Amino acid sequence: MVDLWSGLSQAFWLVVTLDAELLEIALRSLRVTLSALVVACLIALPLAGLLAVRRFRLRRAVIAMLNALMGLPPVVVGLVVYVFLSRSGPLGVLGLLFTPTAMIIAQVVIIVPLIASIAHQSLRELWQEYHDLLISMNVTQGQKIRTLLWDARRALLTAALAGFGRAIGEVGAIMIVGGNIDHATRVLTTAIALETGKGDFGLALALGFVLIGLAITVNIAIHWLSRTEREGNW
Amino acid sequence: MSALFPLVVEAAKTTRRGKVLAGPVDLRFEAEGTTVVIGPNGAGKTSLLRMLHGTARLSGGRISWACGTEEARHHQAFVFQRPIMLRRSVEENLIYPLRIRGIDRAEAREKAHQWAQRVGLAGMMDRAAPSLSGGEQQKLALARALITDPKVVFLDEPCASLDGRAMREIEEVLMTARTGGTRLIMSTHDMGQARRLADDVIFLLHGKVHECADAANFFLTPRTQQGRAFLRGDIVE
Ligand SMILES: Nc1ncnc2c1ncn2[C@@H]1O[C@H](COP(=O)(O)OP(=O)(O)OP(=O)(O)O)[C@@H](O)[C@H]1O
Ligand SMILES: [Mg+2]
Repeated sequence: MVDLWSGLSQAFWLVVTLDAELLEIALRSLRVTLSALVVACLIALPLAGLLAVRRFRLRRAVIAMLNALMGLPPVVVGLVVYVFLSRSGPLGVLGLLFTPTAMIIAQVVIIVPLIASIAHQSLRELWQEYHDLLISMNVTQGQKIRTLLWDARRALLTAALAGFGRAIGEVGAIMIVGGNIDHATRVLTTAIALETGKGDFGLALALGFVLIGLAITVNIAIHWLSRTEREGNW
Repeated sequence: MSALFPLVVEAAKTTRRGKVLAGPVDLRFEAEGTTVVIGPNGAGKTSLLRMLHGTARLSGGRISWACGTEEARHHQAFVFQRPIMLRRSVEENLIYPLRIRGIDRAEAREKAHQWAQRVGLAGMMDRAAPSLSGGEQQKLALARALITDPKVVFLDEPCASLDGRAMREIEEVLMTARTGGTRLIMSTHDMGQARRLADDVIFLLHGKVHECADAANFFLTPRTQQGRAFLRGDIVE
């Protein structure tokens, strides 16, 4: 109990004084996850749109695969990415292993299925509503997808936030491909794991608070932005 | 631009899971005028319009426009029985068909304002379209269909939930469009409206064309017994 209290107060001071190391780690976490989120959205949202409006042969298979991938344990994703990026792997020449880029790749793989599945769900509903009109207007495939993505943007934001939450809190995969190297690939979650292992609860707790705070702040900020954008009811 | 008409329909039919929704029908449409499709509920009016428009799959027969089908599609618009609103503002709904045709925003907005004026929605440009009343949505759907100056407009009961005044406004808009050379093909349950607007009448029964005639002749002396009964307001089996 004493441990915990001293940890809490230490955590408090680390946060309040904007401890340099803490800041560095938190910012890296944010940078890695936001990068992964942007890349993942660029892949997942058009994919979800395509799955909603087009009846191609592999459609069912792709949807089944997305659902299966959604349940994939991150550690396994980390392992696979590791194999691909390792010196002797197919992408070994790029020398990406144990860099933030490797962590971004792993997070992208983890959250693309999640974002695509949630997005597809809402786009499919909207498409049922719009179907007759857009077919009647003879719009192109690309215009259909763009129209759906734009008009479902609120639901897509929720999908993106779910992806963000999953990515920023993920530890298994990025531990494997990033290696938790100080000043290089250490992020909030891997640092927490490390500090807890070492018994340094103060730093671990501080990191934990920052992680929670970060996740909440990003959620609130994005929701607030989207609410003020327009006072519609959709 | 080549002409769309005459539109020739030969033994065209559309089915869904083995059930015939409309057809087989043989029809010929010339470039001018307003055709009104009438018939009891479930007669296949909507299905016929959708088939002509090209959004219901043709499972037999042929529908041939004087130009290619693709070009014909470009010059058509459809007003649905239940208005479909994009989840956007009224203005965004109006400019949508123009924007997908590559017309720039400023020009599209100017046209949108003209059309909003014409159908009495000028004060609602910033409202969310799905929050409009049923009648307002119908007006918006009509304006959105006419804004591209289509050569043919299919209207599926465009005045179904409008009050008398709104109906008169809409009919005026339709007559102006017709005078401007737009071919109108519409369905209605309102015989008064059919009399006011129709040049030709197609009387549908059980998915088939039961009677197809000049409006004046049809309303004066329907050739078939069912036609007479329908005009009297009797239940037609
Ligand atoms: N997608 C569909 N699947 C199955 N049956 C359908 C479908 N669409 C229409 N039908 C059926 O086809 C018949 C004709 O329908 P349609 O909508 O064309 O009638 P309508 O003349 O427009 O009727 P109303 O006056 O009620 O609008 C109806 O019996 C209807 O139930
Ligand atoms: Mg109908």
